[in-house]
Amino acid sequence: MAEAQGGRSLVVDAVTHRYPSGALAVENINLDVKGGEIIALLGPSGCGKTTLLRIIAGFIAQTQGRIIIGDDIVDALPPNRRAVGIVFQNYALFPHLSISENVGYGLAARGIDRATRQREAQRLLELVQLPAMAERLPRQLSGGQQQRVALARALAIKPSILLLDEPFAALDKNLRLDMQIEIKRLQRVSGITTLIVTHDQEEALSMADRVAVLGHGKLEQFGTPSDVYDRPQTLFVNTFVGSSNRMPGVVISADRTAAKVRLDAGAEIIARPAGGVLTEGGRVTVCIRPEHLQFVGDETGFAGVVGMSLPLGATVVHEVTTADGSGVKVSQARIGETRALESGAAVRLAPLAPSLANAFPATL
Amino acid sequence: MGTAPASRDVTSYGMGLAAPLALFFLFFFVAPLLQLLWLSLHNDTAGLHWGLGQYLHFLTDPFSLSVLGSTLLLGAEVTAVCLVLGFPIAWLYQRVGPKLQTVIILIVLLPLLTSVVVRTFAWIVILGRQGIINATLQSLGVIDTPLKLLYTQFGVVIALAQVQMPLMTLPLITALGRIDPNLDDASCSLGAGSWRTFFKVVLPLSLPGVIAGCTLTYAAAITAFITQSLIGGGQMLFMPMYLYQQASTLQNWPFASAISIIFLLAVLAVVSVFTTLGRLSRGYGGA
Repeated sequence: MAEAQGGRSLVVDAVTHRYPSGALAVENINLDVKGGEIIALLGPSGCGKTTLLRIIAGFIAQTQGRIIIGDDIVDALPPNRRAVGIVFQNYALFPHLSISENVGYGLAARGIDRATRQREAQRLLELVQLPAMAERLPRQLSGGQQQRVALARALAIKPSILLLDEPFAALDKNLRLDMQIEIKRLQRVSGITTLIVTHDQEEALSMADRVAVLGHGKLEQFGTPSDVYDRPQTLFVNTFVGSSNRMPGVVISADRTAAKVRLDAGAEIIARPAGGVLTEGGRVTVCIRPEHLQFVGDETGFAGVVGMSLPLGATVVHEVTTADGSGVKVSQARIGETRALESGAAVRLAPLAPSLANAFPATL
Repeated sequence: MGTAPASRDVTSYGMGLAAPLALFFLFFFVAPLLQLLWLSLHNDTAGLHWGLGQYLHFLTDPFSLSVLGSTLLLGAEVTAVCLVLGFPIAWLYQRVGPKLQTVIILIVLLPLLTSVVVRTFAWIVILGRQGIINATLQSLGVIDTPLKLLYTQFGVVIALAQVQMPLMTLPLITALGRIDPNLDDASCSLGAGSWRTFFKVVLPLSLPGVIAGCTLTYAAAITAFITQSLIGGGQMLFMPMYLYQQASTLQNWPFASAISIIFLLAVLAVVSVFTTLGRLSRGYGGA
């Protein structure tokens, strides 16, 4: 497995792309990816992540900005000269070619002779643990096997960067985990810089060294999985990654590290100003994750009425209606005999710690 | 015929439902064909003496064989022209926006909306001695005397190609539309240029359409009585006109029947060659 070639770096420098209609697909995206890193481009459908992938691959010429792979600006290069390996969402294996010919396709395009091609294809098929499939046709393989072949085909050209477009979307849940482990293993072995486009946050958080969250064509945050999950910089990131309760309120006082917020639900809490400086008297949205809310016995928190309790195995989720009529979810770990809450019971809630409530300036 | 629904499978219907069409074919297709065969097996025009004389006559007559040969060759030429001109149109159709697609489909279908006779006369106007092509070339000073375009093999091939073009283009459009566009991108990202992608991916995967289009165009071109006769004129004789002369002018029905059967077998042979080629190509209709 002499695959390690030290992945090349990838810089996405102020890339903006407009559709011919004039609508913005992606706006001023900056990413600095180190050689050998796994990066996830995470965002809901329509956020521009696939457009960005196609720009990096060279299928779309961006309106503005540069793509730099290693030391080379590749904007002028067509896709067939960029040496970027792509695994497509539907794998896009050539249905009329055998598995071996599929894997050797890129080598054939480089004018490498048949014997070498077959030897190299066999080596790669062994790498993705499909050594006995060389002579089959793609349709004779299962989805997971087809994906391994697509991966082998992309790796065969020794790409400087590997792009994976929603690689696990078409796989069932058990297979998905296997393939995630498999891809991480192959990435370790080859040391290749890898970009995974996904709308699945669990996938992004578990696979990637760093996650770039995209929303509405803009880069919302680029950081480690724990940065993105625990210290979201925007309201979008906070609500898109993981689940979160959004509670409106007014700032009473604020400095750079803490803000005192009066929630509309009827309590004063301390929150972390996550999206920049907050102004006194300004409206804010406070995000608190369900697992960061707790029931309190005293008068400190805000009041609510339990609507429904859903036991989800390790946790119990309670839906609580607050005084201002909005609903919040509270997730409680099931430790011993968790107190059963009747529907209609009056309760009081408070965040576990001030750092676990994030306050963002309200947009409207 | 009606099969009793022993198993209550809602997707299977009684064979009896196919009876109306089966009867229609029986009376108007199978019966005449058998009559034709019966007639062709007689040695005299009155149809009294059995024998293989008509077939022997055709197969030993150099003139008859040359008519058959030139007809099959004509079909091949028309098919080749249609394929070479039709493929780029079908390819273009899959790569333009919906508005242009409508325009292309309209252009492709337009010939089908006009009568063959009208279209053929249009070609006479275009190809004639004083026609559009000759008049233009003469006024440009390219040629001194008019070119002979009408009543030539070239003229027949061009006119037939235009008339039969939809039969080639429509199956090609369907076949190219079935190819996953990601395959183009995949090929490109693996380092293949556009020509390599075309010959290694697009062309092999469009083979079902190529074969369907060739079969239809070929069958239509060699049996196109009107266009062949009007553009070809008196000097060029193809099988349909030959047949017509024997049956209608010379009243030699047994020989005309024998010509029909031989022509039918020749067409079937060519079509089965196309089909075999299709089956040999791997990934035929591949998923």
